[in-house]
Amino acid sequence: MSKIKIATVWLDGCSGCHMSFLDMDERLLAIADKIDLVYSPLVDAKIFPENVDLTLVEGAVSNEDDLHKIKLVRSRTKLLMALGDCAVTSNVPGMRNYFSRDEILRRAYIENASVNQGIPTETIPQLLPKSKPIHEYVKVDIFVPGCPPHADIIFNAVAALLEGRLPDLENQARFG
Amino acid sequence: MEKLITIDPVTRIEGHSKITIRLDDQGKVEVARLHITQFRGFEKFTEGRPFQEMPSLTARTCGICPISHLLASAKACDSILAVRIPESAAMLRRVINYAQIIQSHALSFFHLSSPDLLLGMDSDPASRHIFGVAAQFPELAKDGIWLRKFGQRIIERMSGKRIHPTWIVPGGVSSPLSAEVREQIVAELPQAIAIAHKTLEWFKPAIKKYQDEIDTFANFPSLFLALVLPDGTIEHYDGLMRVVDSQREIIVDKLEPSAYTDYIAEAVEPDSYLKSPFFKPFGYPEGMYRVGPLARLNVCDRMGTPLAERELDEFRALQPDGAVLSSFHFHYARLIEILYALERVSELLGAPEILNTRVRAMAEPNKLEGIGVSEAPRGTLIHHYKIDTNGLITWANLIIATGHNNLAMNQGITQAAKHFVDGMKITEGALNRVEAVIRCYDPCLSCSTHALGEMPLRIELTDPAGEILDACERA
Ligand code: SF4
Repeated sequence: MSKIKIATVWLDGCSGCHMSFLDMDERLLAIADKIDLVYSPLVDAKIFPENVDLTLVEGAVSNEDDLHKIKLVRSRTKLLMALGDCAVTSNVPGMRNYFSRDEILRRAYIENASVNQGIPTETIPQLLPKSKPIHEYVKVDIFVPGCPPHADIIFNAVAALLEGRLPDLENQARFG
Repeated sequence: MEKLITIDPVTRIEGHSKITIRLDDQGKVEVARLHITQFRGFEKFTEGRPFQEMPSLTARTCGICPISHLLASAKACDSILAVRIPESAAMLRRVINYAQIIQSHALSFFHLSSPDLLLGMDSDPASRHIFGVAAQFPELAKDGIWLRKFGQRIIERMSGKRIHPTWIVPGGVSSPLSAEVREQIVAELPQAIAIAHKTLEWFKPAIKKYQDEIDTFANFPSLFLALVLPDGTIEHYDGLMRVVDSQREIIVDKLEPSAYTDYIAEAVEPDSYLKSPFFKPFGYPEGMYRVGPLARLNVCDRMGTPLAERELDEFRALQPDGAVLSSFHFHYARLIEILYALERVSELLGAPEILNTRVRAMAEPNKLEGIGVSEAPRGTLIHHYKIDTNGLITWANLIIATGHNNLAMNQGITQAAKHFVDGMKITEGALNRVEAVIRCYDPCLSCSTHALGEMPLRIELTDPAGEILDACERA
């Protein structure tokens, strides 16, 4: 049987959901011969490939790059998993939605800076007006809440998908 | 006419960034820049929140070193409460901080950088990752995964959760350590020390193969900043700030962390969301300094535990007349710090007071401002809050370890790019080395402020005003 192609993507999150993925510990090595990690912050692929079977997405959609990425990922992925509260609800990144973009940026680059004060705009993606969960932009197949979701839940979900079943997360996953 | 190479995203690092390398007409590298592309906004959106929420909230800046944020934040809150926390609470905070240093350094070394070191900088990028290491060097990969797990499980056993626990609170910690958990950790310590030893014994001779990288991966004079104890011993939880120069001459010493604004200011560059802190007395950008494992080993007078002290002597012999300057040696310093942290955990857990049940001081806010500083795995971390009389946050500033290294990371990738990148014949291995400079610093960019390129390597032709005239892409 050919290996299942898995990707993990990091949008506006804290990497905690990726760390919980690594918290599968030795189980990572056990699933390593069944999966091909084709794209992830943990590997060196620079292009998100075509025909990915499963993509785990951490983080909310907060800037132009995130938006561009999630649309690209969706178009090249069969099953898309929103991994963690930031991806599911926008969670912590969404806390900035009570303020305007300008207020948020001014605090960091003008009020809390003393040399070259000014909002950076060159070569880097611009913030979107609000930080939003990914289902606001693309169809999500599986929602796995948690901040972060426990490694056992990620393992059970991936193991079920590797066996061709949809994971049953009831009474397992929770917010926070 | 200028050419621009873009590496997007920088991979096997913790965060979102890209690198641009500007070439001149002859294809020679002029300058390389690191652009941090994620912006979080914690300094503003925490406004109006009760200060007691700050530890849990700011921990969400980073899932790799949440314990560091919990600690710096709780310390800022301790100072708002104006309490001295019980000694046993400080000891428990130290143990969990060392546990985090162990897991975070293990992640950086084994999961992220060992593929470059074991499989080679020029090896096939399709398998240059931890699973590739596991296929060829199963024992080392297993050791790395086990060591990271060891650190994460200490955190879980003490605090109930591996990532984003709520156990570290203003005034101390929320529950004492049980004798059972102490025994569980102590039982696993010998295996952890054996792995740390074995890895150092493998790494020390192996670095001879990397002389070219050692010479060019940010190998230049700079200042170094870290916390030390009043007697100059290395310190990660509390302590006073010290700055040394490239000769290891002390520039400032015994600086109260709460006076950080006298010595550190922040500059903005228009092409990155990461600010560039600098040492104020030397100005910008001359006040460039480095923090983190390399800085801590350069700044301290001693480590004070038997095994680590011996390793420090050997490390110092790399540069007997001054500081170890190459950022490549961040890896080496990180391995020594793992050993050190294990020794300290053993020491702390051996003290009977560690099981004391008085672990929290209670108070109402007694001050309207608080500053908390600790050494995160990646360097000095500063949390600074102001509150109103209702205890609501009115202003916050966070200076994250990776920020301190921003100037040195930029100068470092320029140095490596000038040495390895030839604009006439661009190779993947050369570009990987430029990324590997960044991996030495183990930056935690989600903390400080990623891109999934459809264009792994994009070369743009720009006119002197920066307008793009032509672009080509290679897979
Ligand atoms: S859900 Fe929590 S752990 Fe995951 S990225 Fe968001 S803040 Fe981090």
